[in-house]
Amino acid sequence: MIIIVFLICISLCIALFFLATYIWAVKSGQYDDTYSPGIRILFDDQSKKVEKSTSDKKNDIKKSE
Amino acid sequence: MIEISGSETGQVLKCYHCGDECDDDFIEIDNQYFCCHGCKTVYEILHENGLTQYYRLEKNPGISQKEKPQNTNFDFLDNPEIRQNLLSFSSENFQNISLKLPAIHCSSCIWLLENLRSLKQGILDVKVNFSKKEALVSFNPKTISLKEVALLLESIGYPPEINLSTKEETAKNTNRNSLTIKMGVAGFCFGNIMLLAFPEYLGFTGEFTRELKFVFSYLSLLLALPVVFYCSSDYYYSAYRSLKSGFVNIDVPIALGITVLFLRSAYEITFDAGIGYLDSLGGLLFFLLIGKWLQSKTYEGLSFERDYKSYFPISVTRIDSGKPKHVGLKEIETGDRLHIRHSEIIPSDARLLSDKAVIDYSFVNGESAPVSFRKGDYIFAGGREVGKGIEIEVIKKVSQSYLTQLWNNEVFKKAKEDFKTLLINRISQYFTVIVLGIALVAAISWYFIDISQVWLVFTAVLIVACPCALVLSSPFTNGNVMQVFGRMSLYLKNADIVEKLNEIDTIVFDKTGTITHNDKQGLVYEGERLDSRQLAMVKKIAGNSMHPLSRAVYAGLSSVQDEAEMEEYTEIPGRGICAKSGGHEIRIGSAEFTGLNGRPSQQASGEVHIMIDSMYYGHFNVGTKYRPGLKTLFKKLKDHYTILLLSGDGERDLETVAADYVDKNNVHFNKSPQDKLDFIQQLQRRGQKVLMIGDGLNDAGALKQSDIGIAVTDNVANFTPASDAILLGNNLKFLDKFLDFGHYAKKIIIASFVLSFLYNIVGISLAVMGYLEPIAAAILMPLSSISVVLFTTLSIQLTAKRRKMFTP
Repeated sequence: MIIIVFLICISLCIALFFLATYIWAVKSGQYDDTYSPGIRILFDDQSKKVEKSTSDKKNDIKKSE
Repeated sequence: MIEISGSETGQVLKCYHCGDECDDDFIEIDNQYFCCHGCKTVYEILHENGLTQYYRLEKNPGISQKEKPQNTNFDFLDNPEIRQNLLSFSSENFQNISLKLPAIHCSSCIWLLENLRSLKQGILDVKVNFSKKEALVSFNPKTISLKEVALLLESIGYPPEINLSTKEETAKNTNRNSLTIKMGVAGFCFGNIMLLAFPEYLGFTGEFTRELKFVFSYLSLLLALPVVFYCSSDYYYSAYRSLKSGFVNIDVPIALGITVLFLRSAYEITFDAGIGYLDSLGGLLFFLLIGKWLQSKTYEGLSFERDYKSYFPISVTRIDSGKPKHVGLKEIETGDRLHIRHSEIIPSDARLLSDKAVIDYSFVNGESAPVSFRKGDYIFAGGREVGKGIEIEVIKKVSQSYLTQLWNNEVFKKAKEDFKTLLINRISQYFTVIVLGIALVAAISWYFIDISQVWLVFTAVLIVACPCALVLSSPFTNGNVMQVFGRMSLYLKNADIVEKLNEIDTIVFDKTGTITHNDKQGLVYEGERLDSRQLAMVKKIAGNSMHPLSRAVYAGLSSVQDEAEMEEYTEIPGRGICAKSGGHEIRIGSAEFTGLNGRPSQQASGEVHIMIDSMYYGHFNVGTKYRPGLKTLFKKLKDHYTILLLSGDGERDLETVAADYVDKNNVHFNKSPQDKLDFIQQLQRRGQKVLMIGDGLNDAGALKQSDIGIAVTDNVANFTPASDAILLGNNLKFLDKFLDFGHYAKKIIIASFVLSFLYNIVGISLAVMGYLEPIAAAILMPLSSISVVLFTTLSIQLTAKRRKMFTP
């Protein structure tokens, strides 16, 4: 008998963990913009090249500083 | 770069950048066609920096650069105080600003903006928020200044909208966030309580379950606490407030239902009389909050609350002892000398110190033709200088100027109070009384049958009558209608506006910019015939000027195919242009300028006179061009509504307007912004419900005063005055469709009310007879809610499809 109560408590704790994650997600603004993250993930190949070149540039800046 | 005049293929060319149809004077580079130099420049910038992926992600992603404001002045961003106000974070090597970029509209925009750092050194990171149309730009102030960032964004077609009212919007957002969290908490509690109630549903009995039942019911009670004390807080508050003002709104029976549900369940659990109705309680709140969340949904990218502050510049150039200095608008005092550049806005009432000024007031008073002033003249605030730079002396402070005084009117100080008119709140008054009546009668009857059942029956009636499905009808219907309207570019401020559309019996239109096009004007020539060669010369010369009338002549002559050369071009602001072409001297401009004196001056405002080699030929009449499709619209509307037209314009278009659009008696010209507001107020005193449709600052008062104000604009990214809805100009012709659909939505709401009443009748009869088992309540509550949601959503979406409610 006690095992069921124990399991229920564990399941509730897991659910509470998810609730806390949800509240964190809302507060950190993850639901503010639901359009661009889905689009952003599709920009891969080209932007990697760009990133490389900018990181080079950043290094240049650091060197010059 | 080759410039070709006239397309020989005959097929329509689309601009590679913005997708607009190219006129005859398109530009071609790299086998791509562009409609104007602006679009081409943006392409070149991106091409040089290897960012042409922009054009591969979406077809023609750019924004037309044809009508962009001429070189916006971002000099004020050099003022440290103003800059400090705008930056969200600032240190020596790192600055961070959230910029509103109304031009953001597709995935290409996100891509380009987030790769901005490869365009210019010093930009560290850009993060786009698509739904708010904002970008969080981080940059190194040592390498690039804020002003340069703004100019860079403008040069690629995303001019930032910077004004001081930007900071006020955060409060609204936290409100919605807390609602989202409440919804999540309610969902969590509902799910878990239901899980714990499952053994009871399945009817497990015996001593094996006795202890479990004890644990489960106390756990449920624990889980119900956040629902009652946190998630429902809005309902208690709203019920309390409405009772205090002597009005019973729909939140009263809800708050009553929640309280009774909880107290009775707590009683049953503590005295071991049952397991209570906690699962119904969780479900009730979960569904209610979903409805509320849907109701609070709005178009975040659009602003419905703008006043003159967002139209006026953030700062102006003041001349302090001969030296120009950028100062904030608030700091301007009477007697200050200001320098106003070409295409800047006059911030306050002032006296002209320069010799001459030409000011375009079309947005302020609806008068389409620019007005010219002489030295010493009194200039009203709000106009845009279209000639060259001028100097003025401030006579009144910004907030006391003629135009801005409108915002001191009481209408702007209070929010539109209309919750009482909503259908749900009209019903709720009777609903609450009837439910309480039934509960009392049932309780009294049971007093004579079985005294122990009295309380149980009384509370059961209040529980089951809790108007969950009833409350969901409106938000789901209106929310769906709002979405359907959004597809046709009518953006409502909130879902309740849909219901208010039904009450409208009077529609008031503004003229300039609303039923007419602001920039596309018709062109008629009167006088001696000009041959094609002469027309080509006129076109060429007019094409060089930025004056609205010259632009209109140039656009009107787009079919002229000959090319002409031009030399010795001089433009005299406010008078005209003088240039030589093929050995001929050509003067284009006002009657006075072309040597034609003694003509009535009011007539002259829409006329462009032509003189070639000292010989007067005639003039172009730059007429008003009406939006297409409106004649049929007005004919349709006339049968059901009173149609009125208010205009700040002079009476010159009275005949056309009266013939095709509105009855002569209902047309009112020469109305000031205050007149318009008063006019709407008068109509309302007579009991009329007014829908105002306008576009400019001059309509701001009328839009606010009216029951529903719709702002019409040709580009949603442009400034629109505070209103209840924003409509794209091209879709104004569908106004009758919108109104019809509003009526249909009301029918759907009433039908779903009937549906939810049926559920209530079933539930209440069970409760009155004393048969309301927890499981019956647990089934009835979600069933009624879900069926109402499905019914409203499906009927609205399907009808929208059948009526073709989308832009083709």
